[in-house]
Amino acid sequence: MSDLIWVYAEVVDEKITPITLEMLTRAAELGKAEALLLGPAPNGAAEMLAKFGASKIYRSADAVYGDYLTLPAVETVAELMQKYNPAVMLFASSFAGRDLVAALSARLDSGAIADVGDFVLKNGSVEATIPALGASYQNTSTLVSPGTKLLLVRPKSFDAKVNEQPLSVEDVPAVGGDALRKIHVKERVTVKQEGPQLEGAKAIVSGGRGLKGEANFAMLKELADLLGGAVGATRAAVDAGWVPYAMQVGQTGKTVKPDLYIACGISGAVQHLSGMKTSKTIISINKDPEAPIFQFSDLGIVGDVFQVVPQLIEEIKKKKGK
Amino acid sequence: MNIVVCGKVIPASTVIIEIDPSTKRMFRKGVTHELDPAAASAVEEGLRLTEKHGGAVTLITMGISDATIGIRSALAMGAANAVHILDDAVAGSDTLGTAKVLAAAIKKQPFDLVICGTESSDSYSGIVPGQIAHFLGVPAVTFAKEVIVEGGKLTIKRQTENGYDVVEAALPALVTTTSGINEPRYPQLKGIMAAKKKEIKIYTAADLGLGPDQVGESGAREKVLTVGRPPKRQAGQMITDEGEGGKKIAEFLAELKII
Repeated sequence: MSDLIWVYAEVVDEKITPITLEMLTRAAELGKAEALLLGPAPNGAAEMLAKFGASKIYRSADAVYGDYLTLPAVETVAELMQKYNPAVMLFASSFAGRDLVAALSARLDSGAIADVGDFVLKNGSVEATIPALGASYQNTSTLVSPGTKLLLVRPKSFDAKVNEQPLSVEDVPAVGGDALRKIHVKERVTVKQEGPQLEGAKAIVSGGRGLKGEANFAMLKELADLLGGAVGATRAAVDAGWVPYAMQVGQTGKTVKPDLYIACGISGAVQHLSGMKTSKTIISINKDPEAPIFQFSDLGIVGDVFQVVPQLIEEIKKKKGK
Repeated sequence: MNIVVCGKVIPASTVIIEIDPSTKRMFRKGVTHELDPAAASAVEEGLRLTEKHGGAVTLITMGISDATIGIRSALAMGAANAVHILDDAVAGSDTLGTAKVLAAAIKKQPFDLVICGTESSDSYSGIVPGQIAHFLGVPAVTFAKEVIVEGGKLTIKRQTENGYDVVEAALPALVTTTSGINEPRYPQLKGIMAAKKKEIKIYTAADLGLGPDQVGESGAREKVLTVGRPPKRQAGQMITDEGEGGKKIAEFLAELKII
């Protein structure tokens, strides 16, 4: 088995995503890392990939990959895979990544491993570590099908490190044909986000169902501002329409790893835990002493968020006033 | 329009899911089950579309006999038909095997649209719907926050990292719905009574033409090697608030030099 590891590079908001660089870093540690960059990309994208370990970049800037979802990229990836036969291909556990892995794993009849936290090349295959069930388990899995092993990798599983490689780009022809132009992106709408973003925040104050309504997030915002951090939320709070999806922390939202995470009125469902449990310090406030979140907390306060949070805000203000 | 919803019946949210170290699968037998909330949302979306455009919703699920309770709740919500793939031969299937089973069962029905939740609420891999779409040869239009069907065309608002995309595909197609797309209706007494009379069609893997090289543990491409527990986080302190909870947190933050 070769040690060639491919990474599917993703561009969001005209930037190479952080997880792309995280995956490249790990791939270059374990073998020879190469990247595929399909669709319109910002200037300097290929240089960025080389900087984080890609010894080669297969690229097509054709608009078909941006205007039509999944099918054109799957066709191109499958063709290139057949030609170069990488041992492993890594995809981000993102919207696009999941669609691509689903389609490719069915097309190649190879299966795939989702939610990968780490992996090694072993016994002619891959051995992946999966933090299952909200990371209450840590399992290992392998793929027994021949050919390239497809892995969906969780964000923040690795630290991205500079590992400068000479720039080597090979332009690949874009695919054609109407059969691949079936899932048409007609419009892209960016929803403006106010306030500090979850990504990169050193402190995050999150609210769940226990917040009881949209208005009470103002209290969390005040606390987050005092700590120089951002506000997050559980899926329940987002589904209830209290806050936008961009604030969702968890399996189906963002994976975060701040220095400080304060969970307010959050019980700690598997869904939420998997997105925040590697935070450095976790403090939680919940009425229910049995709430699973307490098992992951450095400090747990069994109490009413509407009493505890305002008092905390006052205390911080007092200390800052000194 | 004929709508097929693929959904799971899973251990209820009150059950702490454990993995059986001998089979390396989740303990499913004997625990309380319910229709996965992700599947309930998919059923709801299907019902709303048929209320607008006519037609019927068929629920297809693969699972153990405990799944019946969840199938009945989908029927009580208003699904017209249900198919249950109930066969020990499919136990231990990986995502790909599951998708093969579901796709083969879908092909036995007339369908214009397949609706799935973006991912199940117990295993969360999120790749089965896209695999099903591949086997059906239809486009997978995923992560819908809103679904509109008009003139043989499906248009969705697709969740993105920073907003949404408006995405369009011709029917027949498969769509996946995000958890916040709707508020699933509660079954009413009339629906519950009617559900009792509806037939649940049972299929085995053999009925679907799938052998042990494709489905079940023997057909799985993904093999679970080990089941373990991660290193435990060191237990923190727990304090019951007696009026000083906020102060305690502030002291803790001061100790860490955060404030």
